[in-house]
Amino acid sequence: MFRYVVNKLFYMLVSLFILVSATFFLMKAIPGDPFQSEKKVPPEIRARLFEQYGFDKPLYEQYGKYLVNVLHGDLGISMKHVNQDVTDLIMKTFSASLKLGVVAIIVSIIVGVLLGMLAALYHRKLIDNVAMVLAVLGIAVPSFVLAALLQFFFAFKLHIFRVMGFETPLDYVLPVVALSAQPIAFIARLTRSSMLEVLHADYIKTAKAKGLNWFTIMFRHVIRNGIMPVITYMGPMAANIVTGSVVIEQVFGIGGIGKQFVESITNRDYPLIMGITIFYGVLLMLARFISDLLYVVVDPRVKLSSRKEG
Amino acid sequence: MKKQRWLVLLTLVLAVGVVLSACGSNNNNSAANSGNKGTNSSSNTGSSNAGEEKLASDQTLHINFAADVPTFDPAQAQDNQAHTALNLMYEGLVRVDENSKEVPGVAESWDISEDGKTYTFHLRKDAKWSNGDAVTAGDFVFAWQRVLDPNTQPAPAYAYQLYYIKNAQSFNEGKITDFSQVGVKATDDYTLEVTLENTTPYFLNLTSFYTYFPVHKSVANNDKWATDPSTMITNGPFTLTSLVTGQSMEFAKNPNYWDNQDIKLQTIKATVVNSAATEVLSYQNGELDRAGQPNGNIPSDQIQILKDQFADEFHIDPVASLYYYEFNTQAKPFDNAKIRKAFAMAIDRQSIVDNVTKAGQVPAFGLIPPGINGAEKSFREEYPEDYFTENVEEAKKLLQEGMAEEGITSLPSITLTYNTDDNHKKIALAITDMWKKNLGVDVQIENQEWGVFIKNRQNGDFQIARAGWVPDYNDPMTFIDMWTTKSGNNDIKLNNAEYDALAADAYKNSDNKARMEDFRKAEQILIGDQMGIMPIYYYTNPALVKPYLKGVTLDYSGSVDYSRAYILEH
Repeated sequence: MFRYVVNKLFYMLVSLFILVSATFFLMKAIPGDPFQSEKKVPPEIRARLFEQYGFDKPLYEQYGKYLVNVLHGDLGISMKHVNQDVTDLIMKTFSASLKLGVVAIIVSIIVGVLLGMLAALYHRKLIDNVAMVLAVLGIAVPSFVLAALLQFFFAFKLHIFRVMGFETPLDYVLPVVALSAQPIAFIARLTRSSMLEVLHADYIKTAKAKGLNWFTIMFRHVIRNGIMPVITYMGPMAANIVTGSVVIEQVFGIGGIGKQFVESITNRDYPLIMGITIFYGVLLMLARFISDLLYVVVDPRVKLSSRKEG
Repeated sequence: MKKQRWLVLLTLVLAVGVVLSACGSNNNNSAANSGNKGTNSSSNTGSSNAGEEKLASDQTLHINFAADVPTFDPAQAQDNQAHTALNLMYEGLVRVDENSKEVPGVAESWDISEDGKTYTFHLRKDAKWSNGDAVTAGDFVFAWQRVLDPNTQPAPAYAYQLYYIKNAQSFNEGKITDFSQVGVKATDDYTLEVTLENTTPYFLNLTSFYTYFPVHKSVANNDKWATDPSTMITNGPFTLTSLVTGQSMEFAKNPNYWDNQDIKLQTIKATVVNSAATEVLSYQNGELDRAGQPNGNIPSDQIQILKDQFADEFHIDPVASLYYYEFNTQAKPFDNAKIRKAFAMAIDRQSIVDNVTKAGQVPAFGLIPPGINGAEKSFREEYPEDYFTENVEEAKKLLQEGMAEEGITSLPSITLTYNTDDNHKKIALAITDMWKKNLGVDVQIENQEWGVFIKNRQNGDFQIARAGWVPDYNDPMTFIDMWTTKSGNNDIKLNNAEYDALAADAYKNSDNKARMEDFRKAEQILIGDQMGIMPIYYYTNPALVKPYLKGVTLDYSGSVDYSRAYILEH
C-alpha cells in the first residue's frame, strides 16, 4: 500500500511536469499576445510591456524562469486582471465553483443511486422504464439547453427563482439541477446494471435462502457491491464538476473558475492560463487517486499493486 | 416497504419535472406573449407617472456587465466595461452632460489661451475624495505623471491618450526624464495649467476621459490598490462597495461627492453574465432595469421580436463607430483601386442593415460617422457622403477595367476573413452572396479566433478583413490618422503622401474650419479615390430600458453614464 502511494505520487509529479511544459509551449505557439486589440498599442509602449513581462527573452529562458517560480509557489500576476495574483484569482473563482460543485455532486449521487436502485428493484416494470427514460433524457439533453429551459420555466414563467445570480440558497437550485442532470443519468444507469447483476448473483440467492431480512440483503450485500462502478466514476465526475462548467457559469452568472479559464485563453493571459492548468491538473490527479484508494476500501477483492499502475 | 413508497414518490416528482421541462419549447410563444402583457401594463403605469416624475422610494439600479471590469485603475483601463464603472467612480476636470456638452466637473471653470495651446483649469474647492481629502491640482499632476512614467508597471497601454500634452510622448518614451518639462503644472492647490503640443480643439472633451481622471496619492506604494474596493479612494458620484470576480459588483452613492444632491440613485447592483439570452430574460423578468449595449448584448436573432414586443422600451441609439471591410492594398487582386471600387459598389447596404443586422444601423458611404463634431455642426452634416454610390452596372465595368489594367482575365481566389462571431458571419455570407450575384465573383469566407485574426490583420496577412473602429475622442482625426503611412493601425498599408500631408496639417492647424477641409479631402482620397476600405454601416447601440428608468446618458461613442440616472415610481 505505502509503496503504491509513493509510486503513484511520483508518476503524478511526472505527469504534472509534462502537462506544464506542453501547455507552456503550446500556449506560446498560439498566434497573438495579451497586448493585442483592435487599436494597436504604440510600438514603444508595447516593447516596454514585453520587457516588463519578460517576453523579450528567448522562450527557453521564459520557461525556465516560470518553472523556478512555480516551484516557489509563485504563479505570477494576471495580465488582463491588472495586478491581481493568479493564486488569488484561482482561489476566489474556485470557491464559487466548489460551492456549487459540492452541492451538485451530493445531489447527483443521492438521486442517481436512488433512481438506479429503484429501476433495478422494479426491473422491467413502470418505474424502471420511467427511470431509464429520464436517464436517457438526462444524458441526451445538453446542459445549456436544460439551463435555458429551467430559466424559462422556473424563473420567467413561474417566478420561483431568479434567472441569474448566485447569492441566496434559492439561487443554487437551477444551476445545481442543470449541472447534475447528466451525472444523475449516468449514475442511475451504472447503479441499475450493476445491481441487476448483483441481484442475480449466487450469494444473494444464498442470502435469501438463508432467510435474511430484506434490509440486510439490500444494504449489506446488494448496495455495497452494486455501487462499485459508481465509485470509479465518482472521482472523475467530482473533479469535472468542481472544475466548473463554463456554460452553466456563464448562463447563470456564477463567478466560477470554468468561465475564468476560457476567458484567460481568449485574452492570452499567459500566467492565468498556466495557473489554472496546473490547478486543474493537480485536482484531477488527486481525484483519480482518491477514487482508486476508495475502491480498495469498499472492495476487499481489489488489491493495489504498483506494477500494474503507471 | 414504506421506504420504497417514498422513493417511488420522489421518482415520480422528478419524472414530472423533467417531462414538464421537455415540453417546454412548444410553449415558447404563449409564454413570451404573456410576458409581453405583463411588461406592457407596467409600462403604462410608468407613463402615467411620467408627467409628475415621482421618484420611487427604492433607488436601486440593476444592470449587467457582459465581462469583468479588468481593472479599476484609470491608468490601466482600456475597455467599455471599465469605462462604465470608472464613469461612476471618478470625475475628471470636466464632465459631459446629456447634450454632449462639456460641463464643470472637478474644474469649476477654465481659460483657454488665444492660440488654443494653454488651458488653465480652476478647480472647485469643495471637491473631495471618498475619504474626505480635498481633490487638488496636485492629484491630477500625480495621476498624469503615473500614466506617462515609463517605470509604471505594467506600462499603461493608453498613455498615448495623453500625448497631446507638451513633451508627454518624449517623457513616456524615456527621451526626457524630467517631468517638469511636461506641459502640466499645479500653480497652486486649485489651479492646473496644461500646455499642449498643438491646438487640439477636442482637448477639453478629452479631460472627461478616464485616462485623464485623478487618482488618490495613497496608491503610490500599493500596486494592488485597484483590486480591492477597500483601498480604492475615488472622487466620483459612487464608490465601489463590493466586487466578486466573474459574478457581481455593487456601487453605493458617495456622500463626499461635491454634487451629491444631484445624485438620486443610492445603490447600483451589477451582475456579470456573458450570455445575451440570460440578460434579456432577466430584463423581461424584472431583474434588470436595462439590458443591451454598451455593457451587455441583445441576441441578434431576437432583435426583431423584441422590437415588436417592447416597442416603448427598445431603444436604438446611434454610435459614432464604423463597421467596414479592409482591402489589403498590397495583395492581389486588391492592389488595384478599380477592383476595390467594384467590390464596394456591388453590395446593397440597406438590405444588410434591414435584413441581417436589423438594429437600425445606418448604411455607410464614408469614413466619418454621424455624431462626430465638425466645425459648427456635425462633420457629416457639413460634408455629406458623396464619394461613391451603389451601382452594379458601374461596378461590373470597373471590375473589367481593373482586370484589364492588371492584365488578367480572371480573378485569383479571394478569401474574406472575420473574427469568430455569429453576426460577422451572417454579414459576410450576405456580402459574398451579393458579390457572387452582382459581379460573378466567388469569395471564400474564413473565420478566425480573435487573437489569431488580429495578428493576421495587423501583419497584412489577409485579402479582405472585417474591422470596426470606435472613436477615442470626438473629432474626425480619430478616424483620419489611422490611415497615415506610419500609423500602426493602417492594416491596409495605404501609402499616400497627399493623405499624410492633409493629416499633418490638420494636426498643426489652429483654424478648425481649415482642419475640416483637410479631413474632407483626406476622406475623398481614402474612400473616393482609393477605396482602401469598404464602409458598410455605422453602428447603433440597441438596448432595452424600463420606462421608469430615466436620466441615463449615452455619449457620441456609445459609452453610458448612469451617474445621474433615477428611478420613477412604478
